[in-house]
Amino acid sequence: MSDHTLPYTAAAVGSPSHTPKQQGRIAAIADAWLPRLVLSPTIILSLVFVYGFIAVTAWLSLTNSRMLPNYEISGFNQYVELFALDRWWVAAANLGIFGGLFILFCLAIGLVMAILLDQKIRAEGALRAIYLYPMALSFIVTGAAWKWILNPGLGLEKMMHDWGFANFHFDWLVNSDFSIYTVVIAGVWQSSGFVMALFLAGLRGIDDSIIKAAMVDGASLPTIYRRIVIPALRPVFFSVLLVLAHIAIKSFDLVMALTAGGPGTSSDLPAIFMYQFSFSRGQLGLGAASAMMMLATVLAVLVPMMYLETKGARNGR
Amino acid sequence: MAADSTSNSIYNEGSKLTAGRVIIYTLLVLCALYYLAPLYVMLSTSVKTLDEIRSGNLLSLPMSPTGAAWGKAWSSACTGVDCNGLAPFFWNSIKMAVPAVLISTLIGSLNGYVLAHWRFRGSEILFTALMVGCFIPFQVVILPMARLLGMAGMANTTPGLVFVHVVYGIAFTTLFFRNYYVTVPEELVKAARIDGAGFFMTYRKIIFPLSLPIFMVCFIWQFTQIWNDFLFGVVFGGSDAKPVTVALNNLVNTSTGVTEYNVNMAAAIIAALPTLVVYLLAGKYFVRGLTAGAVKG
Amino acid sequence: MKLSQIIKSVFATTALLSSAAAVHAAEVEVLHYWTSGGEAKSVAELKKIMEAKGVTWKDFAVAGGAGENATTALKARVIAGSPPTAAQIKGPSIQEWGQEGVLANIDAAAIPGKWDSLLPKVVSNTMKYQGHYVAAPVNVHRVNWLWINPEVLKKSGAKAPTSWPEFFDAADKMQKAGFIAIAHGGQPWQDATVFETVALGVGGADFYNKALVKLDPATLTGPTMIKTFDTLGKIKGYIDKNAAGRDWNLATAMVINGKAGMQFMGDWAKGEFTAAGKLPGKDFLCVPAPGTDKSYTYNIDSIAMFKVKDPEQQKAQLTLATAIMSPEFQEIFNLNKGSIPVRSDVSRAKFDSCATKSMDDMASSNKAGTLEPSMAHGMAVNSAVQGAILDVVSKFMNSNMTSQAAVQALAKAAKTQ
Repeated sequence: MSDHTLPYTAAAVGSPSHTPKQQGRIAAIADAWLPRLVLSPTIILSLVFVYGFIAVTAWLSLTNSRMLPNYEISGFNQYVELFALDRWWVAAANLGIFGGLFILFCLAIGLVMAILLDQKIRAEGALRAIYLYPMALSFIVTGAAWKWILNPGLGLEKMMHDWGFANFHFDWLVNSDFSIYTVVIAGVWQSSGFVMALFLAGLRGIDDSIIKAAMVDGASLPTIYRRIVIPALRPVFFSVLLVLAHIAIKSFDLVMALTAGGPGTSSDLPAIFMYQFSFSRGQLGLGAASAMMMLATVLAVLVPMMYLETKGARNGR
Repeated sequence: MAADSTSNSIYNEGSKLTAGRVIIYTLLVLCALYYLAPLYVMLSTSVKTLDEIRSGNLLSLPMSPTGAAWGKAWSSACTGVDCNGLAPFFWNSIKMAVPAVLISTLIGSLNGYVLAHWRFRGSEILFTALMVGCFIPFQVVILPMARLLGMAGMANTTPGLVFVHVVYGIAFTTLFFRNYYVTVPEELVKAARIDGAGFFMTYRKIIFPLSLPIFMVCFIWQFTQIWNDFLFGVVFGGSDAKPVTVALNNLVNTSTGVTEYNVNMAAAIIAALPTLVVYLLAGKYFVRGLTAGAVKG
Repeated sequence: MKLSQIIKSVFATTALLSSAAAVHAAEVEVLHYWTSGGEAKSVAELKKIMEAKGVTWKDFAVAGGAGENATTALKARVIAGSPPTAAQIKGPSIQEWGQEGVLANIDAAAIPGKWDSLLPKVVSNTMKYQGHYVAAPVNVHRVNWLWINPEVLKKSGAKAPTSWPEFFDAADKMQKAGFIAIAHGGQPWQDATVFETVALGVGGADFYNKALVKLDPATLTGPTMIKTFDTLGKIKGYIDKNAAGRDWNLATAMVINGKAGMQFMGDWAKGEFTAAGKLPGKDFLCVPAPGTDKSYTYNIDSIAMFKVKDPEQQKAQLTLATAIMSPEFQEIFNLNKGSIPVRSDVSRAKFDSCATKSMDDMASSNKAGTLEPSMAHGMAVNSAVQGAILDVVSKFMNSNMTSQAAVQALAKAAKTQ
């Protein structure tokens, strides 16, 4: 892209030094405090609305809150009850299946499409728009369409039968063993285009001269991708993982619109579990306990990732 | 990879039609079909009559396209007791999304500037801590947020919704801007300061003029997130500030009466129209903005 | 100065101004999940009645998930300290909200309206919290109906079943003739509707009451409950595989257009038949589910009133309660929705044979002590237990779970706190 010529790694090596030269004392003091001041509303908001609310949830998970919050501590019985519930383990296992496959397929499809699109494709703009548009739709919108397409009696299967392929069989949506995979199909459909855009952007940012040099040395295209291009995309992988993990863990509308957790509870996810128990079933304490388990999972994934990333950035990669 | 047999470098003008390129184009077009299929189903269904939907299958072309379902979805479908279609809720969504996007982007920009160029002791940890905000499940915040909004007198109002979206949007906008601004050479900022520019002056003179691509990315991302939100809309919107997603949900979730698939699909497309338009018009800037640095950790 | 602080205070001021402006007019804000077709039309009648009395109607409709989203929105409103004037709440939930101390006493409408003498005891008890009326009943639904397409019955040479052997005989014949015997939608509440109807039919009203209302552990794991699950398992075999996630009205449509023969469903299904221009007795049959003609499971919709400060609004609230109980509204609402009025003095002239049978059966089962609250529709047990039971039943319907395992799981579910 033409408007961008800045080298992208050099500046990432930040140092906290900013030594004002000949400035007025007041200006110097202002400059020392302004950054903190600018950041402080965000910090306060985050303390209250993220950490404060997590604390409230943690507290509620230790109470016997039913329909509305009740702040009397009663111990860890909600966690005991949670771990004894089959449904919770189904939801947790589903998050593993869904999250894993969703992230894997989005990465794979996104990366492959980005590499293909990066081959000086003629209608690139149009194709890019087509890949990207699902991200613009909410699942309240597309859930209805997918539900219809995947329903054996109405959609794909019926269509194939109408066309004479009587043996065509695709009933995942109504099959307890496979319903969670339909959620993966729809989820990948919605998010992989966005991943493609991120990777494409990453590819465009790679310094041509390194690749040219490798080609002069006689490296083949696959080798160049494997050895140079994909490793250079490392920071992009980080951003992509962050976005995808965030979508996977929060997935709610997606499942509600597609299967509502069914058949039975076979495609249940923790976010749905939490919502139902907290609100429609009047077991707020249990819902809070499940939310804490979700948060613990997030932290277990996020903290090492952030640590590696900021460390990587400091070492200048 | 399919391209290996060709002599095309990735940066050559590849206009020659070789086997490898045919495969590439085929793959790309197949992908495009996968992405377009649901949109086709929605569009063709929305212009069919109910009888046609019942008798045909979902890929069949509409025999005699009609806009009746669109008209109904826009102005006369029932979303409860009121039967004014989606139109009244559209305005609610705009009143909510525009300020929320602007405010959260502006705050994110300033935060990113500080975190990239005015680091202080602990700012890296603060950044990590802020990122947790991206991951908090929204279901968790409903009740405590309701209490605080109630105390601030902002429950069930558009300003209340704007506030909620700003609070939970800042983490992502900060991430985007911070990652973009670290690619701005420190020397530029230093030079400005040697010239006597202070914190805000440096932002205005050096950083802000470079920020158009990333502003575009944030606008698009935030607009999509906020416009499509359902949960916050339904619990904090009350009866006066209901966004269009809530109305759509009411319209689609029929529990009695014949399910009017054509009206549902038309309504779904109408509700998604603003974000679709944003992607189509600004999609170019989206990739350009990302290229310019937003994704570089 | 902090930017967000300024923004917040600006917002707070505008919010105050706008809410201050809204207080003056007499209005009711009603949260409900009647969003479509006949339901919405029925509520629109209530709106008309209210507006004729000079009260503005603010519609707070939240669809989806059998009131799940509505419940969430309601809780957020109550916690924010700004509850709606009235909300659609039913069954034991009324008591739960009462305990939170947020419901308004509407005796001022109920006593002059003589609700005590007009309403059957089971209904009035549900509407009261600590002896005072806090909610107004809208309708009575009968849940234990079986809906039959007579055309399908004739073509397959079967007759309308009154017992379980007859039922399975008819189902076999329908299947042989190429029909789907039982139209069903695989959603937890629909699974539970069939389950409780089977329990009532297999074990009778006493068994039903002990098991699904009193949650007696011995009854829950006893042989009758095992037989209930066996019967339910057998029913599973007559449902088509695409039932998962299907809306109930689409299942009803299968009976209407002759694809399927029978459906277990409450009398809201009748709204579908009449909307399709079908006549009871001629185009469709409504019979009590096998073995349940002497008993009656009810599902009562009601509007609970919340405490509001503004005296104008309190007055509007009483107007609303009176309007809901008025014979005009009861008649028009229930004609649309397929249910029957809660008060017995409404003229029967316009109601069809299914509705009048429902009225008669309700009166007789009330006398015989076989009038039971519906578990599947939140009339019998609190929402936590109901949810746990629904999980068990829908798991049974969607897996190879044995009846023995199911009753054990059911007993465990009944202990949910």
